[in-house]
Amino acid sequence: MSKKKGDREAVMYAILAIASFFVFWWFITTFTAAKQTTPGPIEVIQLLIKSLFEPIGNYTIFGHLMVSLRRVAVGFSVATILGIIFGIAMGTSDWARAIIKPIFELLRPIPPIAWIPIVILFFGIGELPKYVITGIGAFTNVTLNAYTAAENVDPELIGAAKMLGTDEKGIFFRVILPSCTPQIFAGMQVALSTSWMAVLAAEMVGAQEGCGWLILRGNDTLNIALVMVGMIVVGVVGFLLATIMRMAERRFCLWNRMGD
Amino acid sequence: MSEQDIKVKVSHMTKKFGDLLVLNDISFNVKKGEFLCVVGPTGCGKTTFLNCLTKLDAYELTSGEILINNEPVDLMKHNIAYIFQEYSSFPWYTVEENIAYGLKIKRRPEKEIKEAVDEMLEMVGLTEFRNYYPDQLSASMLQRVSIARAFAVKPELLLMDEPYGQLDNELRYKLEDELIKLWKHTGTTVIFITHNIEEAVYLSENILVLTNKPTTIKKEIVNDLPRPRDVTEVNFNKLRDEVTDLIKWW
Repeated sequence: MSKKKGDREAVMYAILAIASFFVFWWFITTFTAAKQTTPGPIEVIQLLIKSLFEPIGNYTIFGHLMVSLRRVAVGFSVATILGIIFGIAMGTSDWARAIIKPIFELLRPIPPIAWIPIVILFFGIGELPKYVITGIGAFTNVTLNAYTAAENVDPELIGAAKMLGTDEKGIFFRVILPSCTPQIFAGMQVALSTSWMAVLAAEMVGAQEGCGWLILRGNDTLNIALVMVGMIVVGVVGFLLATIMRMAERRFCLWNRMGD
Repeated sequence: MSEQDIKVKVSHMTKKFGDLLVLNDISFNVKKGEFLCVVGPTGCGKTTFLNCLTKLDAYELTSGEILINNEPVDLMKHNIAYIFQEYSSFPWYTVEENIAYGLKIKRRPEKEIKEAVDEMLEMVGLTEFRNYYPDQLSASMLQRVSIARAFAVKPELLLMDEPYGQLDNELRYKLEDELIKLWKHTGTTVIFITHNIEEAVYLSENILVLTNKPTTIKKEIVNDLPRPRDVTEVNFNKLRDEVTDLIKWW
Protein backbone atom coordinates (compact mmCIF):
# COMPACT_ATOMS: atom_id res chain seq x y z
CA MET A 1 0.00 0.00 0.00
CA SER A 2 1.42 3.43 -0.93
CA LYS A 3 2.06 5.94 1.88
CA LYS A 4 -0.39 8.47 0.40
CA LYS A 5 -3.16 5.88 0.18
CA GLY A 6 -2.37 4.71 3.71
CA ASP A 7 -2.59 8.29 5.03
CA ARG A 8 -5.93 8.83 3.26
CA GLU A 9 -7.31 5.67 4.80
CA ALA A 10 -6.08 6.67 8.26
CA VAL A 11 -7.87 10.04 7.98
CA MET A 12 -11.02 8.29 6.79
CA TYR A 13 -10.97 5.89 9.75
CA ALA A 14 -10.36 8.78 12.17
CA ILE A 15 -13.37 10.70 10.83
CA LEU A 16 -15.48 7.54 10.98
CA ALA A 17 -14.43 6.86 14.60
CA ILE A 18 -15.19 10.43 15.74
CA ALA A 19 -18.57 10.42 13.91
CA SER A 20 -19.43 7.08 15.56
CA PHE A 21 -18.57 8.56 18.95
CA PHE A 22 -20.93 11.51 18.36
CA VAL A 23 -23.71 9.17 17.18
CA PHE A 24 -23.24 7.01 20.29
CA TRP A 25 -23.30 10.12 22.48
CA TRP A 26 -26.46 11.36 20.77
CA PHE A 27 -28.05 7.93 21.11
CA ILE A 28 -27.52 7.55 24.89
CA THR A 29 -28.53 11.15 25.60
CA THR A 30 -31.71 10.74 23.54
CA PHE A 31 -32.97 7.21 24.24
CA THR A 32 -31.66 6.41 27.74
CA ALA A 33 -32.08 7.79 31.25
CA ALA A 34 -28.80 9.68 30.77
CA LYS A 35 -30.82 12.34 28.90
CA GLN A 36 -32.00 13.71 32.27
CA THR A 37 -28.47 14.57 33.43
CA THR A 38 -26.25 14.71 30.35
CA PRO A 39 -26.57 17.18 27.47
CA GLY A 40 -26.44 15.76 23.96
CA PRO A 41 -23.88 16.67 21.29
CA ILE A 42 -26.16 19.17 19.55
CA GLU A 43 -26.76 21.17 22.74
CA VAL A 44 -23.04 21.19 23.53
CA ILE A 45 -22.05 22.25 20.01
CA GLN A 46 -24.65 25.02 20.11
CA LEU A 47 -23.17 26.29 23.39
CA LEU A 48 -19.66 26.04 21.93
CA ILE A 49 -20.67 28.22 18.96
CA LYS A 50 -22.47 30.67 21.24
CA SER A 51 -19.47 30.94 23.57
CA LEU A 52 -17.29 31.92 20.63
CA PHE A 53 -19.16 35.23 20.52
CA GLU A 54 -20.65 35.72 23.99
CA PRO A 55 -18.28 36.01 26.99
CA ILE A 56 -18.38 33.55 29.86
CA GLY A 57 -16.99 35.51 32.78
CA ASN A 58 -14.42 37.96 31.37
CA TYR A 59 -13.77 36.36 28.00
CA THR A 60 -15.23 34.42 25.13
CA ILE A 61 -14.05 30.85 24.88
CA PHE A 62 -11.32 31.96 22.49
CA GLY A 63 -10.09 34.46 25.11
CA HIS A 64 -10.02 31.75 27.79
CA LEU A 65 -8.12 29.48 25.44
CA MET A 66 -5.54 32.20 24.73
CA VAL A 67 -5.00 32.73 28.47
CA SER A 68 -4.40 29.01 29.01
CA LEU A 69 -2.11 28.80 26.00
CA ARG A 70 -0.08 31.78 27.22
CA ARG A 71 0.39 30.09 30.60
CA VAL A 72 1.48 26.86 28.92
CA ALA A 73 3.81 28.71 26.54
CA VAL A 74 5.62 30.49 29.38
CA GLY A 75 5.79 27.51 31.76
CA PHE A 76 6.69 25.01 29.05
CA SER A 77 9.39 27.20 27.45
CA VAL A 78 11.17 28.01 30.70
CA ALA A 79 10.91 24.37 31.86
CA THR A 80 12.23 23.10 28.51
CA ILE A 81 15.28 25.35 28.63
CA LEU A 82 16.00 24.42 32.26
CA GLY A 83 15.29 20.74 31.57
CA ILE A 84 17.76 20.64 28.68
CA ILE A 85 20.45 22.38 30.76
CA PHE A 86 19.97 20.18 33.84
CA GLY A 87 19.51 16.98 31.82
CA ILE A 88 22.61 17.44 29.68
CA ALA A 89 24.60 18.55 32.71
CA MET A 90 23.63 15.33 34.50
CA GLY A 91 24.37 13.24 31.42
CA THR A 92 27.81 14.68 30.76
CA SER A 93 29.26 15.67 34.12
CA ASP A 94 29.89 13.37 37.07
CA TRP A 95 29.70 16.13 39.65
CA ALA A 96 26.50 17.61 38.19
CA ARG A 97 24.93 14.13 38.25
CA ALA A 98 26.11 13.58 41.84
CA ILE A 99 24.49 16.84 42.97
CA ILE A 100 21.34 17.10 40.85
CA LYS A 101 20.25 13.50 40.35
CA PRO A 102 19.33 12.58 43.95
CA ILE A 103 17.13 15.68 44.30
CA PHE A 104 15.64 15.17 40.85
CA GLU A 105 14.86 11.51 41.54
CA LEU A 106 13.10 12.49 44.79
CA LEU A 107 10.97 15.21 43.18
CA ARG A 108 10.30 13.45 39.87
CA PRO A 109 7.43 11.17 41.00
CA ILE A 110 5.45 14.05 42.52
CA PRO A 111 2.68 15.05 40.08
CA PRO A 112 2.26 18.77 39.25
CA ILE A 113 -1.14 18.87 40.99
CA ALA A 114 0.47 17.91 44.30
CA TRP A 115 2.62 21.03 44.08
CA ILE A 116 -0.37 23.42 43.97
CA PRO A 117 -0.66 24.16 47.74
CA ILE A 118 3.10 24.69 48.15
CA VAL A 119 3.33 26.86 45.04
CA ILE A 120 0.40 29.02 46.20
CA LEU A 121 2.02 29.33 49.60
CA PHE A 122 5.23 30.61 48.04
CA PHE A 123 3.95 32.58 45.03
CA GLY A 124 0.39 33.59 45.95
CA ILE A 125 -2.52 33.26 43.53
CA GLY A 126 -1.44 35.48 40.62
CA GLU A 127 -0.03 34.38 37.28
CA LEU A 128 3.36 33.19 38.56
CA PRO A 129 2.09 30.08 40.39
CA LYS A 130 0.26 28.99 37.23
CA TYR A 131 3.47 29.29 35.22
CA VAL A 132 5.29 27.33 37.90
CA ILE A 133 2.74 24.49 38.01
CA THR A 134 2.71 24.31 34.21
CA GLY A 135 6.51 24.34 34.19
CA ILE A 136 6.79 21.55 36.76
CA GLY A 137 4.67 19.39 34.45
CA ALA A 138 7.14 19.86 31.60
CA PHE A 139 10.41 19.98 33.50
CA THR A 140 10.67 16.36 34.63
CA ASN A 141 9.96 14.91 31.17
CA VAL A 142 12.42 17.13 29.34
CA THR A 143 15.12 16.71 31.99
CA LEU A 144 14.80 12.95 32.05
CA ASN A 145 14.97 12.62 28.27
CA ALA A 146 17.86 15.07 27.93
CA TYR A 147 19.73 13.23 30.68
CA THR A 148 19.25 9.79 29.12
CA ALA A 149 20.18 11.10 25.68
CA ALA A 150 23.32 12.87 26.90
CA GLU A 151 24.41 9.83 28.89
CA ASN A 152 24.12 7.62 25.80
CA VAL A 153 25.90 9.76 23.21
CA ASP A 154 27.99 7.38 21.10
CA PRO A 155 31.57 7.73 22.44
CA GLU A 156 32.93 6.92 18.98
CA LEU A 157 31.24 10.03 17.58
CA ILE A 158 32.89 12.11 20.29
CA GLY A 159 36.18 10.33 19.57
CA ALA A 160 35.84 10.97 15.84
CA ALA A 161 35.11 14.65 16.43
CA LYS A 162 38.06 14.99 18.81
CA MET A 163 40.38 13.33 16.32
CA LEU A 164 39.30 15.84 13.70
CA GLY A 165 40.38 18.67 15.99
CA THR A 166 37.07 19.63 17.65
CA ASP A 167 37.50 21.45 20.98
CA GLU A 168 35.29 20.92 24.06
CA LYS A 169 32.80 23.65 23.03
CA GLY A 170 32.58 22.13 19.56
CA ILE A 171 32.03 18.66 21.01
CA PHE A 172 29.03 20.01 22.93
CA PHE A 173 27.42 21.97 20.09
CA ARG A 174 28.37 19.74 17.17
CA VAL A 175 28.07 16.28 18.72
CA ILE A 176 26.31 16.11 22.10
CA LEU A 177 23.48 18.55 21.40
CA PRO A 178 22.52 17.23 17.93
CA SER A 179 22.84 13.67 19.19
CA CYS A 180 20.37 14.43 22.02
CA THR A 181 17.88 16.37 19.89
CA PRO A 182 15.52 13.51 18.87
CA GLN A 183 15.17 12.27 22.43
CA ILE A 184 14.75 15.81 23.77
CA PHE A 185 11.94 16.32 21.25
CA ALA A 186 10.31 13.08 22.38
CA GLY A 187 10.45 14.41 25.96
CA MET A 188 9.05 17.77 24.83
CA GLN A 189 6.06 16.04 23.22
CA VAL A 190 5.12 14.34 26.48
CA ALA A 191 6.04 17.50 28.43
CA LEU A 192 3.68 19.64 26.38
CA SER A 193 0.76 17.28 27.07
CA THR A 194 1.64 17.26 30.77
CA SER A 195 1.88 21.06 30.81
CA TRP A 196 -1.50 21.32 29.14
CA MET A 197 -3.02 19.04 31.78
CA ALA A 198 -1.24 20.89 34.59
CA VAL A 199 -2.49 24.31 33.49
CA LEU A 200 -6.09 23.10 33.76
CA ALA A 201 -5.44 21.98 37.32
CA ALA A 202 -3.68 25.28 38.12
CA GLU A 203 -6.64 27.25 36.73
CA MET A 204 -9.04 25.47 39.00
CA VAL A 205 -7.46 27.23 41.99
CA GLY A 206 -7.71 31.00 42.35
CA ALA A 207 -8.20 31.77 38.65
CA GLN A 208 -10.75 34.00 36.92
CA GLU A 209 -10.09 32.83 33.39
CA GLY A 210 -8.70 29.96 31.34
CA CYS A 211 -10.03 26.60 30.16
CA GLY A 212 -9.63 25.05 33.61
CA TRP A 213 -11.66 27.85 35.17
CA LEU A 214 -14.31 27.35 32.48
CA ILE A 215 -14.75 23.67 33.41
CA LEU A 216 -14.84 24.53 37.13
CA ARG A 217 -17.41 27.29 36.46
CA GLY A 218 -19.62 24.77 34.63
CA ASN A 219 -19.32 22.39 37.57
CA ASP A 220 -20.12 25.11 40.13
CA THR A 221 -23.22 26.27 38.22
CA LEU A 222 -24.29 22.70 37.36
CA ASN A 223 -23.93 23.63 33.69
CA ILE A 224 -22.73 20.25 32.36
CA ALA A 225 -22.89 21.50 28.77
CA LEU A 226 -20.28 24.16 29.71
CA VAL A 227 -18.11 21.47 31.33
CA MET A 228 -18.31 19.50 28.08
CA VAL A 229 -17.54 22.57 25.96
CA GLY A 230 -14.42 23.07 28.09
CA MET A 231 -13.50 19.41 27.71
CA ILE A 232 -13.92 19.47 23.93
CA VAL A 233 -11.74 22.60 23.62
CA VAL A 234 -9.09 21.06 25.86
CA GLY A 235 -9.12 17.82 23.85
CA VAL A 236 -8.93 19.49 20.44
CA VAL A 237 -6.21 21.95 21.47
CA GLY A 238 -4.23 19.17 23.18
CA PHE A 239 -4.37 17.17 19.96
CA LEU A 240 -3.29 20.21 17.90
CA LEU A 241 -0.37 20.94 20.24
CA ALA A 242 0.83 17.32 19.99
CA THR A 243 0.56 17.52 16.19
CA ILE A 244 2.56 20.78 16.09
CA MET A 245 5.27 19.20 18.25
CA ARG A 246 5.43 16.16 15.97
CA MET A 247 5.80 18.44 12.94
CA ALA A 248 8.55 20.42 14.68
CA GLU A 249 10.33 17.17 15.52
CA ARG A 250 10.13 16.06 11.88
CA ARG A 251 11.49 19.42 10.77
CA PHE A 252 14.43 19.55 13.20
CA CYS A 253 15.29 15.85 13.25
CA LEU A 254 14.78 15.10 9.58
CA TRP A 255 17.96 12.99 9.56
CA ASN A 256 16.57 10.74 12.26
CA ARG A 257 13.69 9.59 10.07
CA MET A 258 15.47 9.18 6.76
CA GLY A 259 15.98 5.47 7.23
CA ASP A 260 12.30 4.85 8.03
CA MET B 1 66.22 5.29 9.22
CA SER B 2 67.22 8.88 10.07
CA GLU B 3 65.33 10.93 12.70
CA GLN B 4 63.83 13.10 9.95
CA ASP B 5 62.29 10.09 8.22
CA ILE B 6 60.46 9.02 11.37
CA LYS B 7 56.79 9.98 11.63
CA VAL B 8 55.90 8.12 14.81
CA LYS B 9 58.40 7.11 17.44
CA VAL B 10 57.15 4.83 20.21
CA SER B 11 59.62 4.28 23.07
CA HIS B 12 59.05 1.83 25.92
CA MET B 13 55.26 2.26 25.76
CA THR B 14 53.74 0.63 28.86
CA LYS B 15 50.11 0.75 29.91
CA LYS B 16 48.57 -0.69 33.06
CA PHE B 17 44.92 -0.71 34.13
CA GLY B 18 45.25 -1.03 37.89
CA ASP B 19 47.43 -4.09 38.36
CA LEU B 20 46.71 -5.43 34.88
CA LEU B 21 49.65 -4.93 32.57
CA VAL B 22 48.27 -4.53 29.04
CA LEU B 23 51.11 -3.07 26.99
CA ASN B 24 54.61 -4.00 28.11
CA ASP B 25 57.59 -1.94 27.01
CA ILE B 26 56.78 -1.57 23.33
CA SER B 27 59.17 0.33 21.08
CA PHE B 28 59.05 0.83 17.34
CA ASN B 29 59.23 3.54 14.68
CA VAL B 30 56.95 4.30 11.75
CA LYS B 31 58.55 6.13 8.87
CA LYS B 32 56.85 8.90 6.92
CA GLY B 33 54.42 7.59 4.30
CA GLU B 34 54.62 4.03 5.63
CA PHE B 35 51.66 1.66 5.72
CA LEU B 36 52.06 -0.30 8.95
CA CYS B 37 49.71 -3.09 9.91
CA VAL B 38 49.49 -4.21 13.51
CA VAL B 39 48.27 -7.76 14.08
CA GLY B 40 47.86 -9.83 17.18
CA PRO B 41 45.60 -12.29 18.95
CA THR B 42 42.09 -11.18 19.90
CA GLY B 43 42.09 -9.11 23.09
CA CYS B 44 45.83 -8.46 23.02
CA GLY B 45 45.30 -4.73 23.46
CA LYS B 46 45.46 -3.49 19.86
CA THR B 47 42.78 -0.85 20.41
CA THR B 48 44.36 0.20 23.73
CA PHE B 49 47.53 0.67 21.78
CA LEU B 50 45.82 3.10 19.35
CA ASN B 51 43.99 4.90 22.13
CA CYS B 52 47.27 5.47 23.93
CA LEU B 53 48.65 6.88 20.73
CA THR B 54 45.81 9.37 20.44
CA LYS B 55 45.08 9.88 24.16
CA LEU B 56 41.42 9.22 23.41
CA ASP B 57 39.30 8.52 26.50
CA ALA B 58 42.09 10.12 28.56
CA TYR B 59 44.37 7.13 27.92
CA GLU B 60 47.69 8.17 29.36
CA LEU B 61 50.71 5.94 29.18
CA THR B 62 51.86 4.41 32.46
CA SER B 63 55.39 4.90 31.22
CA GLY B 64 57.20 5.48 27.95
CA GLU B 65 56.79 8.05 25.25
CA ILE B 66 55.10 8.55 21.89
CA LEU B 67 56.38 11.22 19.56
CA ILE B 68 54.97 12.44 16.27
CA ASN B 69 57.49 14.41 14.19
CA ASN B 70 59.72 14.21 17.26
CA GLU B 71 57.15 16.05 19.44
CA PRO B 72 54.66 14.77 22.05
CA VAL B 73 51.23 13.96 20.56
CA ASP B 74 48.90 16.99 20.45
CA LEU B 75 45.54 16.47 18.71
CA MET B 76 45.11 20.21 18.17
CA LYS B 77 48.50 20.49 16.54
CA HIS B 78 49.06 17.20 14.75
CA ASN B 79 46.76 16.42 11.90
CA ILE B 80 45.66 12.90 12.83
CA ALA B 81 42.59 11.07 11.57
CA TYR B 82 41.10 7.97 13.14
CA ILE B 83 38.76 5.49 11.48
CA PHE B 84 36.92 3.37 14.00
CA GLN B 85 35.67 -0.19 13.80
CA GLU B 86 32.09 1.05 14.21
CA TYR B 87 30.67 3.49 11.72
CA SER B 88 31.31 6.94 13.09
CA SER B 89 29.57 9.18 10.56
CA PHE B 90 27.56 11.91 12.24
CA PRO B 91 23.92 10.92 11.60
CA TRP B 92 22.68 14.54 11.59
CA TYR B 93 24.98 15.57 8.73
CA THR B 94 24.65 14.60 5.11
CA VAL B 95 27.45 12.69 3.38
CA GLU B 96 29.07 15.88 2.12
CA GLU B 97 28.69 17.65 5.46
CA ASN B 98 30.35 14.66 7.13
CA ILE B 99 33.27 14.78 4.73
CA ALA B 100 33.60 18.55 5.14
CA TYR B 101 33.46 18.33 8.96
CA GLY B 102 37.20 18.20 9.73
CA LEU B 103 37.99 20.91 7.20
CA LYS B 104 35.37 23.22 8.72
CA ILE B 105 36.75 22.59 12.20
CA LYS B 106 40.17 23.52 10.88
CA ARG B 107 38.60 26.70 9.39
CA ARG B 108 39.78 26.05 5.86
CA PRO B 109 38.44 28.41 3.14
CA GLU B 110 35.04 27.48 1.66
CA LYS B 111 36.51 27.00 -1.81
CA GLU B 112 39.12 24.57 -0.54
CA ILE B 113 36.47 22.67 1.42
CA LYS B 114 34.24 22.33 -1.61
CA GLU B 115 37.10 21.14 -3.83
CA ALA B 116 38.29 18.63 -1.23
CA VAL B 117 34.77 17.28 -0.67
CA ASP B 118 34.17 16.91 -4.42
CA GLU B 119 37.49 15.11 -4.83
CA MET B 120 36.83 12.73 -1.94
CA LEU B 121 33.27 12.00 -3.06
CA GLU B 122 34.64 11.14 -6.48
CA MET B 123 37.40 8.93 -5.05
CA VAL B 124 35.09 6.89 -2.84
CA GLY B 125 32.30 6.80 -5.45
CA LEU B 126 29.66 8.62 -3.41
CA THR B 127 29.10 11.70 -5.57
CA GLU B 128 25.49 10.71 -6.27
CA PHE B 129 24.86 10.25 -2.57
CA ARG B 130 26.29 13.56 -1.37
CA ASN B 131 22.97 14.79 0.02
CA TYR B 132 22.01 11.51 1.69
CA TYR B 133 22.00 11.03 5.44
CA PRO B 134 23.96 8.11 7.00
CA ASP B 135 20.68 6.38 7.88
CA GLN B 136 20.03 6.00 4.16
CA LEU B 137 23.37 4.34 3.36
CA SER B 138 24.62 0.77 3.31
CA ALA B 139 27.43 -0.51 5.55
CA SER B 140 30.13 -0.15 2.89
CA MET B 141 28.96 3.36 2.01
CA LEU B 142 29.10 4.36 5.66
CA GLN B 143 32.67 3.16 5.99
CA ARG B 144 33.55 4.99 2.78
CA VAL B 145 32.17 8.19 4.29
CA SER B 146 34.46 7.70 7.29
CA ILE B 147 37.42 7.06 5.00
CA ALA B 148 36.63 10.11 2.84
CA ARG B 149 36.20 12.29 5.95
CA ALA B 150 39.56 11.11 7.24
CA PHE B 151 41.43 11.65 3.97
CA ALA B 152 39.74 15.01 3.30
CA VAL B 153 41.78 16.69 6.04
CA LYS B 154 44.96 15.36 4.38
CA PRO B 155 46.11 13.77 7.65
CA GLU B 156 49.78 13.39 8.36
CA LEU B 157 48.88 10.22 10.24
CA LEU B 158 45.86 7.96 9.67
CA LEU B 159 44.91 5.44 12.33
CA MET B 160 42.49 2.66 11.43
CA ASP B 161 41.08 0.27 14.00
CA GLU B 162 39.75 -2.84 12.24
CA PRO B 163 37.68 -0.63 9.93
CA TYR B 164 36.51 -3.50 7.74
CA GLY B 165 35.89 -5.99 10.53
CA GLN B 166 32.13 -5.92 10.05
CA LEU B 167 32.05 -6.16 6.27
CA ASP B 168 31.72 -9.23 4.09
CA ASN B 169 34.71 -10.34 2.02
CA GLU B 170 33.59 -8.83 -1.27
CA LEU B 171 33.13 -5.36 0.21
CA ARG B 172 36.28 -5.67 2.23
CA TYR B 173 38.39 -6.43 -0.86
CA LYS B 174 36.85 -3.48 -2.68
CA LEU B 175 37.48 -1.07 0.16
CA GLU B 176 41.01 -2.37 0.68
CA ASP B 177 41.80 -1.55 -2.95
CA GLU B 178 40.26 1.89 -2.54
CA LEU B 179 42.35 2.47 0.57
CA ILE B 180 45.57 1.50 -1.23
CA LYS B 181 44.66 3.92 -4.03
CA LEU B 182 44.05 6.77 -1.56
CA TRP B 183 47.19 6.00 0.41
CA LYS B 184 49.32 6.06 -2.73
CA HIS B 185 47.62 9.24 -3.90
CA THR B 186 48.10 11.13 -0.62
CA GLY B 187 51.29 9.62 0.80
CA THR B 188 49.73 9.58 4.26
CA THR B 189 51.34 7.52 7.02
CA VAL B 190 48.91 4.77 8.00
CA ILE B 191 48.75 2.58 11.10
CA PHE B 192 46.16 -0.11 10.45
CA ILE B 193 45.03 -2.47 13.20
CA THR B 194 43.53 -5.77 12.16
CA HIS B 195 43.11 -9.34 13.31
CA ASN B 196 42.84 -10.46 9.70
CA ILE B 197 46.29 -11.68 8.64
CA GLU B 198 45.46 -11.81 4.95
CA GLU B 199 44.33 -8.18 5.13
CA ALA B 200 47.58 -7.19 6.85
CA VAL B 201 49.71 -8.93 4.19
CA TYR B 202 47.61 -7.43 1.39
CA LEU B 203 47.82 -3.84 2.63
CA SER B 204 51.04 -3.33 4.54
CA GLU B 205 54.60 -2.31 3.93
CA ASN B 206 55.51 -3.48 7.40
CA ILE B 207 53.74 -5.78 9.83
CA LEU B 208 54.04 -5.53 13.59
CA VAL B 209 53.09 -8.81 15.24
CA LEU B 210 51.99 -8.48 18.86
CA THR B 211 51.90 -11.17 21.55
CA ASN B 212 49.08 -11.96 23.94
CA LYS B 213 48.73 -9.88 27.13
CA PRO B 214 50.92 -8.43 28.52
CA THR B 215 51.49 -7.31 24.95
CA THR B 216 54.95 -7.02 23.54
CA ILE B 217 56.26 -7.00 20.00
CA LYS B 218 56.87 -10.52 18.79
CA LYS B 219 58.32 -9.54 15.45
CA GLU B 220 58.51 -6.73 12.91
CA ILE B 221 58.21 -8.03 9.36
CA VAL B 222 59.07 -6.10 6.23
CA ASN B 223 56.48 -6.79 3.55
CA ASP B 224 58.04 -6.02 0.17
CA LEU B 225 55.68 -8.08 -1.97
CA PRO B 226 55.08 -6.31 -5.28
CA ARG B 227 51.78 -4.46 -5.84
CA PRO B 228 49.11 -5.10 -6.94
CA ARG B 229 49.16 -8.14 -4.67
CA ASP B 230 47.57 -11.45 -5.42
CA VAL B 231 46.21 -13.42 -2.48
CA THR B 232 46.72 -16.69 -4.35
CA GLU B 233 50.37 -16.02 -5.17
CA VAL B 234 52.99 -18.29 -3.53
CA ASN B 235 55.02 -15.58 -1.75
CA PHE B 236 51.83 -13.97 -0.46
CA ASN B 237 50.76 -17.24 1.11
CA LYS B 238 54.26 -17.84 2.49
CA LEU B 239 54.19 -14.52 4.28
CA ARG B 240 50.63 -15.08 5.51
CA ASP B 241 51.67 -18.47 6.94
CA GLU B 242 54.70 -16.92 8.60
CA VAL B 243 52.53 -14.31 10.36
CA THR B 244 49.92 -16.94 11.28
CA ASP B 245 52.63 -19.09 12.89
CA LEU B 246 53.76 -16.12 14.94
CA ILE B 247 50.25 -15.43 16.22
CA LYS B 248 49.38 -19.06 16.99
CA TRP B 249 49.07 -19.60 20.70
CA TRP B 250 47.52 -23.05 20.61
